[in-house]
Amino acid sequence: MKKKIYFDNNATTPLDPKVAEAMLPYLSAGTEFYGNPSSVHTLGQAARKAVEEARAQVAQLVGSSLEEIIFTSCGSESDTTAIKGIAFSAKERKKGNHIITTALEHDTVLFCCEYLQKQGWDVTFLPVSPSGILDPDSVKKAIRPETILVSVMHANNEIGTIQPIAEIGKICKEREIPFHTDAIQTVGKLPIKVNELNVDLLSLSAHKLYGPKGVGALFIRRGTRFHPLFHGHHERNRRAGTENVPAIVGLGVAAELAQKNLGQEAKKVATLRDRLEKGILEKIPYIRLNGDPKHRIPGTSNFSFEFVEGEGCVVMLDIEGIAVSTGSACASGSTKASHVLRAIGLPANVAQGTVRFSLGQFNTMDEVDKALEIIPRVISKLRSLSPLWSDKMAGLPTAVTPPLSHKK
Amino acid sequence: METETKKIRVVVAMSGGVDSSTACALLHSQGYEVIGITLKLWTPKHWVEGEKVGSCCSPQDIGEAKIVCRQLGVPHYTYNMEERFKEKVVDQFVDSYLNGRTPNPCVSCNSFIKFDPLLKYAEALGAEYLATGHYARIIRENHFYLTKAKDQFKDQSYFLYMLNQAQLSQVLFPLGDYQKEEVREIARKFNLVNAEKKESQDICFLEGRDYREFIKEQTSQPLKKGAIQTQDGKILGEHLGLPFYTIGQREKLGVATGERLYVIGKDSKTNTLIVGKESENLQNCCLVHSVNWCSDQIPNESVRALVKVRYRHKGALAAINLLSAQEAKIVFDQDVSSITPGQSAVFYDGETVLGGGIIA
Repeated sequence: MKKKIYFDNNATTPLDPKVAEAMLPYLSAGTEFYGNPSSVHTLGQAARKAVEEARAQVAQLVGSSLEEIIFTSCGSESDTTAIKGIAFSAKERKKGNHIITTALEHDTVLFCCEYLQKQGWDVTFLPVSPSGILDPDSVKKAIRPETILVSVMHANNEIGTIQPIAEIGKICKEREIPFHTDAIQTVGKLPIKVNELNVDLLSLSAHKLYGPKGVGALFIRRGTRFHPLFHGHHERNRRAGTENVPAIVGLGVAAELAQKNLGQEAKKVATLRDRLEKGILEKIPYIRLNGDPKHRIPGTSNFSFEFVEGEGCVVMLDIEGIAVSTGSACASGSTKASHVLRAIGLPANVAQGTVRFSLGQFNTMDEVDKALEIIPRVISKLRSLSPLWSDKMAGLPTAVTPPLSHKK
Repeated sequence: METETKKIRVVVAMSGGVDSSTACALLHSQGYEVIGITLKLWTPKHWVEGEKVGSCCSPQDIGEAKIVCRQLGVPHYTYNMEERFKEKVVDQFVDSYLNGRTPNPCVSCNSFIKFDPLLKYAEALGAEYLATGHYARIIRENHFYLTKAKDQFKDQSYFLYMLNQAQLSQVLFPLGDYQKEEVREIARKFNLVNAEKKESQDICFLEGRDYREFIKEQTSQPLKKGAIQTQDGKILGEHLGLPFYTIGQREKLGVATGERLYVIGKDSKTNTLIVGKESENLQNCCLVHSVNWCSDQIPNESVRALVKVRYRHKGALAAINLLSAQEAKIVFDQDVSSITPGQSAVFYDGETVLGGGIIA
């Protein structure tokens, strides 16, 4: 099979060979790393050592102390632990029932908040600007005496927009309201220090920074009161379950590598992205770049191609050997314009032609150049199938909001 | 380096049923490069995760098509056409009933969904052919002839008369040479997940319900009751709304006259349901519109053919007299019963489909 050009790094990143290598002893038979980290014997101690080293590597990356990091099974678990954990604890202590979040959070956060809403919590979903940025002032205005949690994602997975987390954090700090950020798309891409960001909880996931799937972490600031999702003694009673040692080792090494290469890789990825973006803008008419061109993570480029179906584009690019997606992988397969595109006010007919290119550190300039030959060809092929496009080319007026042929 | 001979790429339209899955497996085993596509046409209202709906293209069926493709090791994608399907098939179905006709949604689905956009899509994907699980055959000589399937009972050529030469040249019907039972055998041989799946007979979007219930649900205004009359104006009773009846119907009329009565007409203007004796349900001619000639060979003035006025009709000999490019008058040699506006009349010369049109 031809090697695919992988431009879907926001969905998941390939495993760094160095990470894989570090994990191997913990997966292989015949090594002495199979112990349960909670066991007293030396085999258990060897496993414990590996887990604690990984904790140090993660803590180092986000600038926290060791005991403020707990390992989870994924980013979604970290988010859920943060939100439900804070909410249940506040309820127990009769602290209030109001949660503030935004309209463009990841599905996990949104669904979690909607679930809590059904259970009697009051949730404010703050709107964002057309470039996808939340105004810190709107948080200030939304805060009430009964507000018990603010949760704002650091950077959006679809459009890559970075939120003014430090500023929002400062507001929350002044009011002593726990502040959570879903930093799954930024950890490893941007320099992150929890104290500079003024966050009390921060979610991250290994497989977005060239680590393995099935492991994540949650930073919880010392003194932040929350209820665990899984009950038991592991992770100091904060997350039960025998540690996934090989994956945790992988997360640790991925964190360390990210730390080491941070500025350099981000710059490289941004250069590739910018070249791709420039090429697309030059070669393809009637398109729109979504998100905030300045405040965004390095690899992400989100385009709406008019007169094209995003889904069709993904399929054709796949056949041509380029892996991209319409939006979040978690929501792909659904055909409604994503909640993120709706939140930034994209008209439905534009939103339906949206494709996300997300580049990573293993992409090359050659791949970008090759993609720039393929993408314009695919778009014009798809446009040639659209009756609206032929009307447009014939100079006929097309409806302001063209009747969408395939999507609601 | 692995050298690969360039395979012929085929897009297979997969409903999730046993037929299209077998078509896919057959083409794959014959060495084609296969890409499976399932159209997402309708989100069932009553669909609950894990529940069987027993129609095609439901979320569960899409899942089964995906399983088949995974098993064969070929890519599968879904293609969303819900909006077009709603507009071109479902709304037209309802509209047509409300206007006194008895539509055939499978014909419109084939015209507007399966063989138009999907062919273009297949072409965009670099495929040479689009294959479906229909039971029909295409004879490829210097011309393309649409003919009946080997399985005469399953034959679906009736639903395909709107195909033209360009389309026929790009379409494959891998099941045309098999009996249904052979297809099941092949499905079992390939170990397909849906090898024993029950046939979907119903109109997919009705989700197993009666069409009357569906129409009630889809229309905003209540259906008007009106008179049931004989041809000579004798009022026999009250009907529940014209869309609830179809030509030839003889049950659930709610009138008792001692003799067997049939619905023989509907007058939308006066909201009257016209009933009559079996002899009154016979006609010797009808008009058709939206006529298509599959072979592109449009006869001059008149042609003789065996005409099927509905899917299960055995056919009646007739002369088809052209009135214009897309209209014709069909004059039958002998009277035909229950000729129903909205259904298709399909013209056959032996095994070959000459064309067809919609009964006016």
